[in-house]
Amino acid sequence: MTVELILFLLLAVVAVGGAINLIAQTHPIHSALSLIVVMVALAGIYLLLGAELLAMVQIIVYAGAIMVLFVFIIMLLNAGKEERTAISRAATYLGVPCGVLLTAVLGWRMAMSQPGPLAPGADTEGMSRELSTLLFTRYVFPFELTSILILVAILGVVVLAKREM
Amino acid sequence: MPLASYAVVLSAILFGLGALGFVFKRNIITIFMSIELMLNAVNLSFVAFSRMRHLLEGQVFVFFVIVVASAEAAVGMAIIMQVARNRQSLNIERIDLLKL
Repeated sequence: MTVELILFLLLAVVAVGGAINLIAQTHPIHSALSLIVVMVALAGIYLLLGAELLAMVQIIVYAGAIMVLFVFIIMLLNAGKEERTAISRAATYLGVPCGVLLTAVLGWRMAMSQPGPLAPGADTEGMSRELSTLLFTRYVFPFELTSILILVAILGVVVLAKREM
Repeated sequence: MPLASYAVVLSAILFGLGALGFVFKRNIITIFMSIELMLNAVNLSFVAFSRMRHLLEGQVFVFFVIVVASAEAAVGMAIIMQVARNRQSLNIERIDLLKL
């Protein structure tokens, strides 16, 4: 067992534990905090996989911006404990076996998948410069399209927030 | 077994947990968080496959997924605000306007 593998297993346990806690908690603010734990653990795993830039983006955008928005909305709406009804109990009995089955099938298929022939390039570890170059040359059109997507999202949020329903 | 293979299995587990939360949570905000968890799991598998095949394209796609996820979070939160204001509840069983 190398140091990398031990670190990875540690982070993986933290991530899975956070995800289970997200489902187990009944109060939304507890779920939000455990989701932040999952995202920080995933950032560590990105670092181990050699994607430094993505690890930073994960911390800044996901754990920083998106989760702050979630916590802000939970506090603004004063969200309380979730109510359990007969339908939600039925969903539990049906959902848990289906979820376990889905996880097993996905994990088995993905673990069995053989990677195709290797690309001629070198290892992807520590290639932030190459990644940025790729983003601004070959993928510059989708990159510019995302700015339009964000503009549309801003307009949509303004319209939804201003409308008196 | 290389590290990336373990990461792929972890991403499958996280996706399954996210789907599980999506199915049986009743709070609309928690359901939204489960969707974010599934998006994160997919991002992890992109990074792992990028590492496996020595291709940087996977990491580029993760950027686009993160951009779309943040736009989706902003719009989704605005919709949740409106729903909560109209229905005075965050329970999805109370939000049944489309039901016959």
